[in-house]
Amino acid sequence: MRDSEIQINRVDWVTVLIYFALVAIGWFNIYAAVYDSQVDKSIFDFSINSGKQLVWIGTAILMIIVIMAADYRLFENLSIILYLIFIGILILTPFLGKEVNGQVLSIGVGSFRIQPGEFAKFATALALAKVMERPNFDLAKSKNQLIALGVLLLPVALILLQPDTGTAMVYFSMLIMFYREGFPQRYYVLGLGFIALTLLALGIENNLYLAIGISAVMLVLILMGKKTWQRIVVFSLLGLGLIAYSYSLDFVVSKLPKHQQNRIMVLFNPDLDPLGVGWNVTQSKIAIGSGGLTGKGYLQGTQTKFDFVPEQHTDFIFCTLGEEFGWLGSLIVISLFASLLFRLVKMAERQKNRFSRIYGYCVVSILLFHFMINIAMTIGLFPVVGIPLPFFSYGGSSLWSFTLLLFIFIKLDASRAQQLGRLS
Amino acid sequence: MNDQRPVVIIIFIFLISAVLLTKLFMIQVVDDSFMKKAERNAIQRVVDHPYRGLVYDRNGKLLVYNNPIFDLMVVPKEFEVGDTTRFLELFGITKEHLIESYNAAKKYSSVKPSPLIKQISTTEFAKIQDFLIDYPGLFIMTRSVRSYPNPIASHALGYIGEINARQLELDTLNYYSQGDYVGLSGMERFYEKELRGAKGVKYKMVNVRGVDKGPFKNGEYDTASVAGINLTSTLDTELQLYGEMLMKGKTGSVVAIEPKTGEILAMISAPFYDPNRLTGAEFSKNYSQLNSDNNKPLFNRPVMATYPPGSIFKIVQSLIGLQEGIITPNTTFACNKSLVACHNHPSPVNLFGAIRNSCNPYYHQAFRQIINREVSSNTYKDTEIGLNAWREKVLKFGLGSTLGVDMSGERGGDIPSSKLYDKFYGEGRWKYSTIYSLSIGQGEMLVTPLQMANLAAIFANKGYYYTPHLLKAVDGNPNAIPDKYRERHNVGVDAHHFDMIQDAMAEALYGTANRAIIQDIVIAGKTGTAQNPHGEDHSVFVAFAPKDDPKIAIAVYVENAGWGGRAAASTASLMIEKYIRGEITRPALQEYVLAGNFAD
Repeated sequence: MRDSEIQINRVDWVTVLIYFALVAIGWFNIYAAVYDSQVDKSIFDFSINSGKQLVWIGTAILMIIVIMAADYRLFENLSIILYLIFIGILILTPFLGKEVNGQVLSIGVGSFRIQPGEFAKFATALALAKVMERPNFDLAKSKNQLIALGVLLLPVALILLQPDTGTAMVYFSMLIMFYREGFPQRYYVLGLGFIALTLLALGIENNLYLAIGISAVMLVLILMGKKTWQRIVVFSLLGLGLIAYSYSLDFVVSKLPKHQQNRIMVLFNPDLDPLGVGWNVTQSKIAIGSGGLTGKGYLQGTQTKFDFVPEQHTDFIFCTLGEEFGWLGSLIVISLFASLLFRLVKMAERQKNRFSRIYGYCVVSILLFHFMINIAMTIGLFPVVGIPLPFFSYGGSSLWSFTLLLFIFIKLDASRAQQLGRLS
Repeated sequence: MNDQRPVVIIIFIFLISAVLLTKLFMIQVVDDSFMKKAERNAIQRVVDHPYRGLVYDRNGKLLVYNNPIFDLMVVPKEFEVGDTTRFLELFGITKEHLIESYNAAKKYSSVKPSPLIKQISTTEFAKIQDFLIDYPGLFIMTRSVRSYPNPIASHALGYIGEINARQLELDTLNYYSQGDYVGLSGMERFYEKELRGAKGVKYKMVNVRGVDKGPFKNGEYDTASVAGINLTSTLDTELQLYGEMLMKGKTGSVVAIEPKTGEILAMISAPFYDPNRLTGAEFSKNYSQLNSDNNKPLFNRPVMATYPPGSIFKIVQSLIGLQEGIITPNTTFACNKSLVACHNHPSPVNLFGAIRNSCNPYYHQAFRQIINREVSSNTYKDTEIGLNAWREKVLKFGLGSTLGVDMSGERGGDIPSSKLYDKFYGEGRWKYSTIYSLSIGQGEMLVTPLQMANLAAIFANKGYYYTPHLLKAVDGNPNAIPDKYRERHNVGVDAHHFDMIQDAMAEALYGTANRAIIQDIVIAGKTGTAQNPHGEDHSVFVAFAPKDDPKIAIAVYVENAGWGGRAAASTASLMIEKYIRGEITRPALQEYVLAGNFAD
């Protein structure tokens, strides 16, 4: 029993406190989102979402107790098996699951349903940590790069089959962890440049300006370096390729499924069809924007309460916060998320065990991605993708998977003293 | 190398948070357009129309009240007609009406309600009520229309109607909005502010489908409508009813005033119309019908028609002459028909005889003395000075400008000054012989029937009047009426001068207006005939009674009815009897007036 006493002292209580703060604020906001002054149901009423969320919170706490009581070695030892199990479930999901809006996201019996895509995140994180744990696993080597990417892309491919673009995108956040573990920096520069080019190509009406810009950049690159034929040919071809890419984007977009096309178009022109495709973002911005500095007061929001914002208790839960607590409310919640992320980076860096550190960065990557994309989409900075706000959004799958993800790391961190001996 | 990478990640997290918070700051704090959009989304402003004030008569009888009526409103964005044929059938309108109203509503606003069908009656409303739920974007707005238990006094009471664009523009306080009803004439217009009350506003919340979700902030910003103030009119329903009965089928005016207060007891403009016609859904149709009627039933004759005062003006001349000391009761003039025509009567006459016989030459000569006082040796100049001085005295009798009665459209008539003649003949080119017609109330002189009734009140009061008015009390309080109606106006003639005049007026009835004489009610009156270049002269009579304690002063005009002693005197006499005695003891005279055949 002395073992666990030591461990409890080593638990990072700051992280735990932030976690509970976020869960509590989220719960109050879920109640606000469904609150109807004419019906006046209690926040504990199990017939409404806040009551149900309370059940999810309760079970999440049980989950935390189990994780903290378990042997820390369990997660490392089970990592590959868990990963394979979830790969299996993901393969089977389209056959076993229930179809909603053409997507098969969840499996389960009756009202008890879970989304394997959500839970596969922590399994993938554990598997990546396990695979990359070896001290000589150098991400600068292309063989290792391929192995790591393989572990990452397998669940992504399966999730895309459901199809659930939003969740699949989350896996790419692991590139942040790869960066920390030494994935060559030039790929990130190229990747970000490519993303910038894509956004510009989509955002600028006339691609001719973009073509001129690309040509100018290539010309500067050629003039700056050695003027060998080889370099001139390479940069010229690269320039032509990029121009061709930017011109082909409109065509590619037109081949995307209609709902994805619409989401992209709305990002660049939110006033485009505000009653149709732009409805979500327009209404979401109205709800948040109408909050002002201090908000309308708890349960006083009108936009979220009267169903102007769709999906307000799940993906658009941030609207309720923005409307009722204003910018100061937003500031507090964003600060909590940022503090949590800073804390997690600090915790990851203090791990002496590479497995724990890699897993820690996976947690940072996934939470950061959710936090960033979810809020960005509610204020029209990113296309609408269906991903929840961690700890906030209504739903068991979401809350459980984030709790699992976070507390496994808290457990690993609390056990780092024991791991030390093992490593050295 | 990897040591700096955690720092890069920390910076990345920091940048993301900063970008999100900046963008949030922009839309939440800097840009306030979202707040307005949110309000437009979820908060509906519903105007609560107040009940317009009621109007009672002087005895507490209801003259004007409100009848509920329903407007079907449409919010074009939410409206779905579905099966058009069924819709048209249910609501009983034509396709053209639907398209026209819908387009007009859409042009005004696609999200704010506009009327689709106006003024649905209670029975029609009961029929459509149950079907409303099938049509999103439609709802009923209740308001009320004016109703009249007795179809009388349409001109005095006036009517209300939809506010026009010009009135909206003039409404700098922005109280009114499109489609509001305002008083457009009569007391309704004059006392609009008192009668209208105050609009209330309710803010209610609606969800995305427009479903009512209760009051916004528990009604914190709501204001309740305040009902308009009830007014008591000076009118006497019985007298007004009786007068309208007598004037039916005729053209003219009857104005009866309580001399001691200036309260208008009855005010009849014939031809008249049923005030119930200018309310509700039929307003436009009836209005254009009345407006194009050749008999001009909308024309408010008692205050808008002007006539030369004729012989009745001789009393004013007598009073000015007496007050100026130019004549005394004993002053005599010969009935010199070479000056101006007259009928046969003993000559010469003193003042009493002049009034009794309505002697024209008497006033021709008396008026010359009033005008030409030899202030200037130049007879032209002397006439000019004399005329202007005389005019000042006449104006004190409430002539020559509006009295200020509490209804819209009052005319002032005209008492000419030297300027008028200068314009006609040139300065210094006219003298007494040019203007002598004024001596007997003819010529360039115009008065309204209301001013004539007021003259009768002045004669009754021996030299003063209160501005005639229709408002007796505000919310039951008689002291709340405007001060100007409680201010006594003296005409500048000493009371004792009236004694002889009153006697002469009472005496004058014998011979000139025998029909007007009533047993045991002494009437003092004077007949007149307003010359009408377009046809038969107008019959005029002013009177007050009882002579020793006047309760009623009256002026009656019956157009194209000839001599004043017949139609006007008979009508006035019946009105006086009705008011003082409460009943008519001379059915034959009533028959005579009702028959309306006043020729010899």
